[in-house]
Amino acid sequence: MSEPILQFEHVSKSFFGAMALTDITLAVRPGMVLGLVGENGAGKSTLMNILGGVIASDEGQIRLEGRLYSADSPAEATRAGIAFIHQELNLFSHLSILDNLFIDGFPRIGRTPLIHRREAVRRAKEALAAVNLSISPRTRVDRLTPGQKQLVEIAKALHGGAQIIIFDEPTTSLTSRETERLFALIERLRREGRTILYISHVLADVLRLADEIAVLRDGKVVRTGPRAEFDIDAMIAAMVGRQIDQLHPIRRGKPADKVLMSVAGVTEPGIVKDISFDLHEGEILGLFGLMGSGRTELGRILFGLDPFRSGTIDMCGQPRRRRTARRSIAAGMAFVTEDRREEGLLMEASVTENMALVALPNCRRNRVPGSLDRLTLRRSVDEMIASLKIKCVNPRTAAVKSLSGGNQQKTVIGKWLLGRPTVCILDEPTRGIDVGARYEVYSIINDLADRGNGLLCISSELEELVGICDSLLVMSKGRICGRFRRDEFDKERILAAAFEGHLERGPRGSSGASN
Amino acid sequence: MQSSGNVTSQTRIARLKEVVIGRALLSDSFVLYLSVAYFVVLWVFLPRLGSARNLSNLSSNIWPLLVLVIGQMFVLIVGGIDLSQTSIMAITSVCGALMMTSGLDPELFAANPLWGVFIGEQGGPAGGSVAAAPVGIAFMLAIGTLIGSANGLAVARLKMPPFMVTLVSMFFFSGLAIFITRSENVRNLPDAFLAVGQNYLGRVPTARGPVGLVPYSFFAALALAAWFVLARTILGRWLYAVGMNRRAATVSGVPTDRVIVWAYAVSGFCAALGSVLYSSRLGAGRPTLGENVLLDIIGAAVIGGISLFGGKGKVRWAFYGVLFFVLLDSSLYMLNLKFYTVNIVKGVVILVAALLDVLRNRIRLGWAPTGRAVTA
Repeated sequence: MSEPILQFEHVSKSFFGAMALTDITLAVRPGMVLGLVGENGAGKSTLMNILGGVIASDEGQIRLEGRLYSADSPAEATRAGIAFIHQELNLFSHLSILDNLFIDGFPRIGRTPLIHRREAVRRAKEALAAVNLSISPRTRVDRLTPGQKQLVEIAKALHGGAQIIIFDEPTTSLTSRETERLFALIERLRREGRTILYISHVLADVLRLADEIAVLRDGKVVRTGPRAEFDIDAMIAAMVGRQIDQLHPIRRGKPADKVLMSVAGVTEPGIVKDISFDLHEGEILGLFGLMGSGRTELGRILFGLDPFRSGTIDMCGQPRRRRTARRSIAAGMAFVTEDRREEGLLMEASVTENMALVALPNCRRNRVPGSLDRLTLRRSVDEMIASLKIKCVNPRTAAVKSLSGGNQQKTVIGKWLLGRPTVCILDEPTRGIDVGARYEVYSIINDLADRGNGLLCISSELEELVGICDSLLVMSKGRICGRFRRDEFDKERILAAAFEGHLERGPRGSSGASN
Repeated sequence: MQSSGNVTSQTRIARLKEVVIGRALLSDSFVLYLSVAYFVVLWVFLPRLGSARNLSNLSSNIWPLLVLVIGQMFVLIVGGIDLSQTSIMAITSVCGALMMTSGLDPELFAANPLWGVFIGEQGGPAGGSVAAAPVGIAFMLAIGTLIGSANGLAVARLKMPPFMVTLVSMFFFSGLAIFITRSENVRNLPDAFLAVGQNYLGRVPTARGPVGLVPYSFFAALALAAWFVLARTILGRWLYAVGMNRRAATVSGVPTDRVIVWAYAVSGFCAALGSVLYSSRLGAGRPTLGENVLLDIIGAAVIGGISLFGGKGKVRWAFYGVLFFVLLDSSLYMLNLKFYTVNIVKGVVILVAALLDVLRNRIRLGWAPTGRAVTA
């Protein structure tokens, strides 16, 4: 067995007196993929930030190829051959691929400060070829898909001579094909003898890629071992410290016959085509589709954020015209966005401020026009925080950006629930949140349905939709290609419907578009 | 004396110092403390600084600037900037004066495009009337609010960058103000109008009875109203929300466009109000009114802690910022420094204030380099 390339020895780190990492000892051998799993807040990213030179550890040391290693800055880590492919990619979107690749050191003409353009292009092409990306290096980065951007980032790392590459949730915004490509690339990098640290919530991917797996919980390494010793249940058990019997709460309620929202023939050229369905009282309706199928776009159209050419959307029998988010809310809709950071939360504001935002117009004080009944507002926000079990030191002062993903998502949901909606559209309600918080979000969705709300759950994770929904719509290329009731749920058939638009002929005869 | 107990008590004192300084730095009233400290230190060398006359002078300089900064703050909170405030002051000053003047010199104004139509030798449309001053003031406030709303509409509806929109208004209206007066001051304003500004000038409000107090209570009411809107109304919450994240606010049902228009309208209104005060003091409508005030406004706002990136600002902070700025200004002139020396020192002091602000933010973040590192 070869010498470890990377060793963590008793590494500890605390923030504001709270231990983020306690006595981490971990060894990584060269040419291996280490899967790092754990709930949000378990310390994975903190550990990687220490390795990447973003923050310094309080105690302990790191050895790189047996020598003591400590980086005070990301640039130093890069020089030591450690590359960090971040969750949110660190590229300059207005610059070209070329500029991004050489931003920290363009090839020069001799010793002049002039850029050696031809040499740069040649090297950039080489770097892109190394990650199988056949695209001009002069392309601007904001024209690329998330998958291509990631490849550019990897190309940058390889070009910089990285020996250890850290992937932090690399598949969140990738299509399944891009994911396959990435996995093939990781496989190749490993064969070339590079070392990969792979962090992900998608346990199946970790199981597939990793040679060894380390599970973190509450800042400690609770279990390490070769892949053969693990299965998904074992990983979850180690992550949460207890056996989770069920990933989804049991669905007891049944949808009623009353239609809350009726969508007929909604079409927007190039985006969605002829979408028709009814959402009933107490129903959880899933909307499944691959990346680019139009599922998110449909959710935005329904809520009134984007326009549509033809068709009708009725709420409780009332046709809706001149739609804006504001009118949709007044008509009883809620919209939990897939993009918490950009559209869901005021990241700098407190939990309380965020939660109050939708319900503000309902908390008028009658005596002074436009003034706020702060007592009622505060009371209802506090109740909501308690009922959703949002964990936060001080919800009035702490900025939501300091909360874990799960608590952030619960804040978004709470904000909408305070507006007392009848129809909730939830786009990727569990994106980027951990197993425990997922279960809680599912329970909230379940309760809402039991109380007579209609829910439209948009997701790219079939597993969760099959687990929580009463019925399921499958979209592909902007059209509904399949409808399934709970007793007909069959993952293979659902997936086949989702891929329908992507194949020459449908795998099954029927288009599934009949009502 | 050299016992170990002494050492620990020394470290305890050091820690206490750290805590006290840290507290003061992090406090909401930091700039107020800074102003008070500055005042006290300079008072020792410059006893004149604390004289009744100077104090009265200080406060009469504070109020009009505060009105402008409060208006600017509304726009800063929604993540914009209003460069047109000074040109709104100029145009409203000129328009209001032309409206209420009771006599114009034909030698100066006969070439005016409005001559014979709205204005003549006998003055403006409201000239000579009993209601000249109220009509003139209302006219000024209306114009200011209108220009502000137009700025707001361009920013909200046409999605133009605030800097561009208000820069254009700045050039346009300051040019227009000069154009319609041919760069002449408009005099012969009604006595009632002159009284608005003159009443408190050079008087100690406490010693001279209620007359001098009127404008002060008026400003206090304006500041209070601004505080009420920001802290206690739905519009206030919406203003901050739009400034922090416009997209999230829209998705959450905030009428983003309307909120933005409101902010600029308030700024225009406040500029017009400032113009009323300055014009009244000058006793004239001046086409170049407020020429050099813009950077004072933004400087005071920023020193007070109002963020140029939106979502942050309080009336209190605006007040502290203005207090510090006016104090600095008047103390430097009192030292009989040349105007360029004043500017140099002013720049250095503002730099120090900005550095302290950076330090405060860093303490608040606990020296954690990124938010991610703490949460992940």
